[in-house]
Amino acid sequence: MTDMTADAKRGPAAADHSEGMSYLETLPRRLVTLYLPLSIILIVLLFPFYWMALTAIKPDEQLLDLERFNPFWTWTPTWKHVSKLLFETHYPLWLWNTMFVAITSTILSIIASVLAAYAIVRLRYRGAQWVGGAIFLAYLVPPSILFIPLSTVVFQYGLFDTPFALILTYPTILIPFSTWLLMGYFKTIPFELEECALIDGASRWQILTKIVMPLAVPGLISAFIFCFTLCWNEFIYALTFISSTQHKTVPVAIVNEFVDGDIYRWGSLMAGALVGSLPLVVLYAFFVEHYVSAMTGAVKE
Amino acid sequence: MADIALNPRPARKRIGDVTAWQRLKANRNWLGIWFMLPTAAFLLLFLAYPLGLGIWLSFTDARIGRGGNFIGLENYEWLWGDSVFWLSVFNTLLYTGVASVIKFAIGLYLALLLNQHMPFKAIIRALVLIPFIVPTVLSAIAFWWIYDSQFSILSWSLKKLGLISQNIDFLGDFWNARWSVIAANIWRGVPFIAITLLAGLQTVSPALYEAATIDGASRWQMFRHITYPLLTPIIAVVMTFSVLFTFTDFQLIWVMTRGGPVNATHLMATLGYQRAIGGGYLGEGSAIATAMIPFLLAAILISWFGLQRRKWQQGEAND
Repeated sequence: MTDMTADAKRGPAAADHSEGMSYLETLPRRLVTLYLPLSIILIVLLFPFYWMALTAIKPDEQLLDLERFNPFWTWTPTWKHVSKLLFETHYPLWLWNTMFVAITSTILSIIASVLAAYAIVRLRYRGAQWVGGAIFLAYLVPPSILFIPLSTVVFQYGLFDTPFALILTYPTILIPFSTWLLMGYFKTIPFELEECALIDGASRWQILTKIVMPLAVPGLISAFIFCFTLCWNEFIYALTFISSTQHKTVPVAIVNEFVDGDIYRWGSLMAGALVGSLPLVVLYAFFVEHYVSAMTGAVKE
Repeated sequence: MADIALNPRPARKRIGDVTAWQRLKANRNWLGIWFMLPTAAFLLLFLAYPLGLGIWLSFTDARIGRGGNFIGLENYEWLWGDSVFWLSVFNTLLYTGVASVIKFAIGLYLALLLNQHMPFKAIIRALVLIPFIVPTVLSAIAFWWIYDSQFSILSWSLKKLGLISQNIDFLGDFWNARWSVIAANIWRGVPFIAITLLAGLQTVSPALYEAATIDGASRWQMFRHITYPLLTPIIAVVMTFSVLFTFTDFQLIWVMTRGGPVNATHLMATLGYQRAIGGGYLGEGSAIATAMIPFLLAAILISWFGLQRRKWQQGEAND
């Protein structure tokens, strides 16, 4: 209360530009309660990436000599690690594998979940609510309890060590998530539009492709990029189902192929991690809002 | 209401010559089956079937390359007497408990900070989420380097500040390794919790805080009696996800320690992998994986019943 009366004296001029109750805050107070803790948290959250990027461009001799060189900066950046990565290893192939697997299984999952979400929300067939609940439960089944039996299943189907082992198993992670997300989007599309189309003689398929999907484009983008990110991030299935070097994805390849005991390995390891993260970070930079709505949308339902 | 309009029955009366095929095409149950087919195929073949198969495998002595025979509870009896298994259970509970609580505290705090008005808010929010976007394995490798026993930047900084005299062996010491992987997990999990809770905070009407301020409520009282109750449903959901994914974590541990030193950081997931894929004992690995299910069910049920109670208290219809 004392704060309030003290602030109120100098209040009116500032209040014109502020929203809500922010005129109750003074700058010094905001420095301590807001900007200081926020910047500490931000620094901690971002430091590993700075360190990753810095290590990737540091020359080897500076990397391990913390006494003669300031470890937090370098004046002589080198592309050695990155070029070694791109031209002397299978890294481009691994990137391509990851991209191919991620895009294919994302597309498969989106097609399956558009159909499922539409059927659950709008066809409302008998038992649709139960199926919706079952799909949510499927989202809660973690890959770490599935990979052992799945590896025998993959072996039985003859998919072991092929990209299809990943393309067909990733949708089990993606479909529950994107179905749940799209159900939320489809619910917001007015039912009346569909009724009009039905009266005009449109089939369910035409309604889905010509009315519902165009209106749900933001939701589809959210689902797509989020699924893509999940695929790129996936590790345990790729580690278990793929054994030959040329079929590996980036995360598995870096962990298994780069850790060779060389004392100077850190430069190329960090370059590998950096290059492997960049596609996602670029994608993220373009679609921040879609990411946020995908994350929060799936949780809010 | 809308459903009645869509029923084929009125149409049949008017036109009178609708074939069975046309009626079938408009039947929502029949259409529903076709629309659900791809999803059902994926989830039954690659999720439900393996889930059941995993439980079955845990009762067999299956090895890689040969099917197993039913051996009853032998795998579980073996695990019951296995100190490494119990160590991994303890590690998993410690890892999940400590990481979840701290993640929740920091995440909620960060969400409250981000909910205030400030310049460049959108950019700051975007930066916060980056640890969540970058693949876990790749950031775990960065942490591995930060935790290096000789060239760790953390040890170097602390030495320069004069706080320690020798390098900290982050991943080589029993307890150090545990706290290190927990710290990495917290780092990875905070953005998700912060951003989802922020979305929840933004739905709370500012008018409530204005009213409370007029009534003389302190900041803590406002948080306790306005923010927290309105946020409870989303907290329950977010924490369920967080606990589930921390409990079944594999990537961070596998990259940074592979369960070492001396099994100090083995979680149930990594131990299962080591026994089933590394050692080839699929039955035993499945038993470890199956042993995780009761914990997961308990977490889900607790949050579910928590949510039900809240809905009932608020008098909402259960949609």
